Amino acid sequence: MLDQERVFTQADSAWLGQGPDSDVVVSTRIRLARNLTDLPFPLLAGSEELGQVLARVRQASEHLPEAKRYGIMELDRLSSLERQVLIEKHLVSLEHVQEPKQRALVLRDDEAVSIMINEEDHIRLQVLLPGLNLDQAWHLADRLDDSLEQHLDYAFDDDLGFLTACPTNLGSGLRASVMLHLPALVLLKQASQVFGTLAQFGLVVRGLYGEGTQALGNFFQISNQLTLNHSEEELINNLKALTGQVIEQERAARSRLYEELGNRLLDMVWRAYGILTHARLLTGDEAMRLLSDVRLGVNLNLLPQINLPELNRLLVITRSGFIQRVVGDTLSPAERDLKRAALVRDELSKNNNSN
Amino acid sequence: MLCDNCKKNPATVYVRRTVNGVTTEAHLCEQCAHEQGEWNLVMGPSLAFPDFSLGNLFASLLDQLPGQTAFVAGGRAQRCPGCGLTYADFREQGRLGCARCYTVFRQPLDPLIRRLQGGVRHVGKVPRRHGGTARLRHDLEHLRQELNEAVAKEEFERAAKLRDEIKLLEERLRGGQ
Ligand SMILES: [Zn+2]
Ligand SMILES: [Zn+2]
Repeated sequence: MLDQERVFTQADSAWLGQGPDSDVVVSTRIRLARNLTDLPFPLLAGSEELGQVLARVRQASEHLPEAKRYGIMELDRLSSLERQVLIEKHLVSLEHVQEPKQRALVLRDDEAVSIMINEEDHIRLQVLLPGLNLDQAWHLADRLDDSLEQHLDYAFDDDLGFLTACPTNLGSGLRASVMLHLPALVLLKQASQVFGTLAQFGLVVRGLYGEGTQALGNFFQISNQLTLNHSEEELINNLKALTGQVIEQERAARSRLYEELGNRLLDMVWRAYGILTHARLLTGDEAMRLLSDVRLGVNLNLLPQINLPELNRLLVITRSGFIQRVVGDTLSPAERDLKRAALVRDELSKNNNSN
Repeated sequence: MLCDNCKKNPATVYVRRTVNGVTTEAHLCEQCAHEQGEWNLVMGPSLAFPDFSLGNLFASLLDQLPGQTAFVAGGRAQRCPGCGLTYADFREQGRLGCARCYTVFRQPLDPLIRRLQGGVRHVGKVPRRHGGTARLRHDLEHLRQELNEAVAKEEFERAAKLRDEIKLLEERLRGGQ
C-alpha cells in the first residue's frame, strides 16, 4: 500500500538503493510514452477530455499486477512543495507539474514505478531502479504496459509505431537512461571526449542539473536519442554496451587519479567528509559537490565505509523542496541552509553509529 | 516569501548561479523558475524532453525541408478534424495535437520524421489489440531471432518448425494480411 505522507518525508525510493555497478551507475530509468487513440493529446485537450483520460487510465491502473501496491495522487490536490518533492525524487517530470489540474500520478509503494497521467502524452510509464538494471527495468515496464493496454486503446500506426505528441518520441516511445557519477573522468578532463563518442552512437548526454552546470556533482544522464526504426531491445542493448564502456573508463580514471594525486586526493575527499559532517550552513550546490567528492572517496576505499545507499539518500534529502516539506513550511535560504546542514550531519552520524 | 520575479506567487525554488565569478541569488515560484530556465539547475533533470525551445528547433529544421510552405501558408491552413491543429501551429509549438494529426499532416511530416529518426519503419512493440501488418512484422522479427538462436545451438528440429512458421507469416504479409 502506498503511504502518501512517506513519499514526501522519507528518502527511501527503490532507486536510491544498491544495484549492479552502483559505484558508477546511480540508477536506471525506462520510460514509455503512450496515448489514447480517440482523445486530443494533453496540450490541446479541454478540461473534460483530460478528465476522461484520467478516469480511463486510473481504471486501467486498478488492474495492474500487484494492484494493491499502487496509489494515485491528483496533482492539484498536492501542495506546490509536494509537487517539487516528486520532481526531486524523479517521480514526475517538470512538464507534468506545470499545470496540475487534471494531472495525476499513479505510484507504486516502493516508488520504482510511476505512471504520469496527462503529461505531454496521455501516459508516461516509468520504471526507476537502482544501479545498472536495464533489462529488469524494461521487462517490468513491458509487462505493465501490456497490462494497461488490455484496458486502453493506444494510438498506434503500422509505420510510425506508438503515436506521441512530439515526433522525437515516435515508434517505441521508449527513453532508456542511466544516471552516472563520473568524477574521475571530469577531474582528468576526459568527460567531454567520452561524451563526444557517445553522441556518435546515438546517445544523448545531459548534466543532472541542466545546461552549463554539468560539473555540479559530476552526475550525468545518458539516454537513447532515436526511438523509431529500432526495437526496444536494440535501443536498450546499445545503451547497455556503451554504458559498460563508460563504466570501465571511469574506473580506470579513478585508479589513475589516485596514482597521480595520492595525498592530494586523500585530502580532497577527507576535507569534503569533514565539511559535510561538521558544517552548520550548507547550500544545495555545495552539498552536491561535497557528496560527489565523498562518493569518490568511498568508492576508492579512502574513506570509512559509508554505504552508497546512504549517500544516494542525501541526493534527495539535500534538495530544497524535500527540506521544506519535512519542516512543514517554506523557509528563507539561510534557514534552509541551516536545516540542510543539520539533516546531512544527522544522516552521516546515523551511518557511522550503525557501522 | 513571494517570488522575486512576479512578486505574486509563493517562492518555492531557490536559485543561486555563478556566472563569470558573479553569484546571483533568487527566490522564484515554480512558474518563473521554469520561464527563466532555472528549474533544471535546482531541481534536477527534467524527465521529459528537456529542450524548451523545441518549437524553434522544428521551425528551423522544417524550413530546410521540401514541401513545407504550402502547408503553412494561410491559403491551405488545413485543420485536423480531431483537434483543430493547423500545420502552422505545429511548426510553432513542435507538438502534434492528436493521433489523427499524423494522418492529416502525414505528407509534410514524413520528411521531418525521416530527418529526426532516420526512417519511418516501426519494428518495436505492437499493441496486442492492434491487427495490421505491424504485428506480423514484429512477430516475424522475433521468430527470425529465435531461428538464429536455434541454429546456433544446433536445435535443428526446432529450427525446422520455426522456418515453417516464418514462411507462413511471410505469405500472410505478402498477401496483404
Ligand atoms: Zn513568480
Ligand atoms: Zn489532431
